Amino acid sequence: MIARPNPRLQATTSRLEGLTLPEGGSWARAARSAALARVEGMGLPVRRDEYWRFTDPQGLVTPEPMPAAPLPEEEAPAFAEVEALRLVFVDGRFDPQASDPLDLDGLEIERLADVADRDIHWAQGLYGVLESEGQNPVLRPLAALNSAFATDGIVIHVTGAVSRPVHLVYRHEAADSDAMLHHLVRVDAGASLTLLESGPAAARFNSVVEVDLAEGARLHHVRTQGRDHDRRTATHIFARLADEADFRSFTLTFNGVLTRNEAVVWLNGDRAVAHLAGAAVGDGDFHHDDTVFVTHAAESCESRQVFKKVLRNGATGVFQGKILVRAGAQKTDGYQLSQALLLDERSQFLAKPELEIYADDVKCSHGSTAGAIDETALFYLRSRGVPESDAKDLLTLAFLREALQEIPDARLAEDLAGRLEGWLARRR
Amino acid sequence: MLDIRNLHVELEEDAKPILKGLDLSVGAGQVHAIMGPNGSGKSTLSYVLAGRDGYTMTEGTAHLGDIDLLALEPEERAAAGLFLAFQYPVEIPGVGNMTFLRTALNAQRKARGQEEVSSADFLKLVRAKASSLKIDADMLKRPVNVGFSGGEKKRNEILQMAVLEPRMCILDETDSGLDVDAMRLVSEGVNALRDEGRAFLVITHYQRLLDHITPDVVHIMANGRIIRTGGPELAREVETNGYADILAEAQ
Ligand SMILES: Nc1ncnc2c1ncn2[C@@H]1O[C@H](COP(=O)(O)OP(=O)(O)OP(=O)(O)O)[C@@H](O)[C@H]1O
Ligand SMILES: [Mg+2]
Repeated sequence: MIARPNPRLQATTSRLEGLTLPEGGSWARAARSAALARVEGMGLPVRRDEYWRFTDPQGLVTPEPMPAAPLPEEEAPAFAEVEALRLVFVDGRFDPQASDPLDLDGLEIERLADVADRDIHWAQGLYGVLESEGQNPVLRPLAALNSAFATDGIVIHVTGAVSRPVHLVYRHEAADSDAMLHHLVRVDAGASLTLLESGPAAARFNSVVEVDLAEGARLHHVRTQGRDHDRRTATHIFARLADEADFRSFTLTFNGVLTRNEAVVWLNGDRAVAHLAGAAVGDGDFHHDDTVFVTHAAESCESRQVFKKVLRNGATGVFQGKILVRAGAQKTDGYQLSQALLLDERSQFLAKPELEIYADDVKCSHGSTAGAIDETALFYLRSRGVPESDAKDLLTLAFLREALQEIPDARLAEDLAGRLEGWLARRR
Repeated sequence: MLDIRNLHVELEEDAKPILKGLDLSVGAGQVHAIMGPNGSGKSTLSYVLAGRDGYTMTEGTAHLGDIDLLALEPEERAAAGLFLAFQYPVEIPGVGNMTFLRTALNAQRKARGQEEVSSADFLKLVRAKASSLKIDADMLKRPVNVGFSGGEKKRNEILQMAVLEPRMCILDETDSGLDVDAMRLVSEGVNALRDEGRAFLVITHYQRLLDHITPDVVHIMANGRIIRTGGPELAREVETNGYADILAEAQ
């Protein structure tokens, strides 16, 4: 009998061959071996997987990354005006020299590499725990791969009032860099934090953030993914919310040949709120995928998804968003919107919005549209003297603004709006 | 000021003729009114002059001064001083009314080689014009026409006209949907702009507007042509007798 080649097994074996499980203290070794066992059990994703129907995972799983030329750093990098605790990672490695000291009132902040060497640490109750839980009902092998092999990242425990945001700055310097970062954020009852991330990180970047919010805890997360065109990125955010916790996450993506951003959120406590939003712009071989899974497991929770993409010159946008309302999650308020603005006929938007509801007293709505620039609005602007290309930019920005409005801090929203204007102006 | 000769226009889509040899000439400083049955082509004429897509000009000319309007892009026509107050003003979610006005004003100034207006001067200018039209600050902050009532949209058109100061103003049924007070405000807005160097083409179904804005000339349009031209008394005749007699006479 001739064995048929198994693409998943092949991809998994050849990827794992080049990797060694990092050393570490006892909890970290245990967590990483368990994650490796998960990866071996499920195998890495292949194109024929239902969850990867619209996005080819190939570039994310090959043993070596495809090279990506780094762009010189921007003159005014994102959030440069925001006073924050800045922590710099170069090609996925923490750079203490370039970073602020790991010290901020109201929180304990450590490097994963240090935490993992300890024999006991609170991180063991979170590291790989939400990721593992997030493997059901849909497999997310790249996140398990990250839990097994990531050596760096930031571990934050928010205990009180924090005066400044924490800003993770990701620099990409080597054309063949292959980075994995794993961050943990635990916010105690009533405490709150703003977490910023910016930059392209590496030629290939795999990131996992696990977020645990206690009663009334709040995390505002805003990130921009860099402008480097050839980079490939897979990110996962896993967030678990207790009663009245509040989680907001916004992602702005410029360019990138392959980006897959997954968010997995559990509303486990009553009256918890989660808002997930994103704006993405790209052209040519740009491929951008937002994959979201929100589970309502408690009463009177609110979830909101607002994702917008501007696609041109044959770019591809993907949205897979699911709201699962468990039995007993009464008074759920779920909202989901995904829209693409297609600036030409070669660009495409593939959307799979899903609702799965097992409670009877819920309010859930979803909408997904793809369309061109509104010709009537375009003519109206031109009839007032606005040149066609300016009018198109104005309408494009207006389209994206609905997503930007999801950012609670207006200053951050304006910073990102300015960046989008710049992108539109450069790309004329 | 505006000179239209033998204009023939068809829909691009199905080559259906809409304007069938239209002649119209509006002199500087004048106000002309156009009345006519529904579907006679009044809005089509205004769109064609403003440069909207979807029409084919098969014959004729249209000039603004000595500028060949039909050869220009819509934004160039605007910069040359043409303005159309839309019968159905367009909502633009996500674009603030102020941003819209300032972008438009500065784009026109730039096209004419003039300096941009500073934010402070612009704010002063808009506030003054808005208050005379009883448009409040909240409306200025909102996205263009989004959530505006019918009458508010029409007043917003006049505000744009007042800020942009065009020399040829076409008003397409700006009076419909206005209450009595709004009608007076809008008319005052128009009258304030009347001067030697500016002309108006006012499309309307009702004599009422023309009580406030006294026209120099009234045209009746039917089936894509001007079939009768007269003074203000022509509008009153239509108001009392309808179009039947005029149409029959033109046959
Ligand atoms: N895009 C279009 N597609 C199909 N028919 C059109 C289109 N534009 C105009 N028409 C037709 O052309 C004719 C003239 O329309 P237009 O809107 O110019 O009339 P009007 O004189 O402004 O009427 P009203 O007084 O009702 O505003 C009508 O028969 C209308 O149905
Ligand atoms: Mg009309």
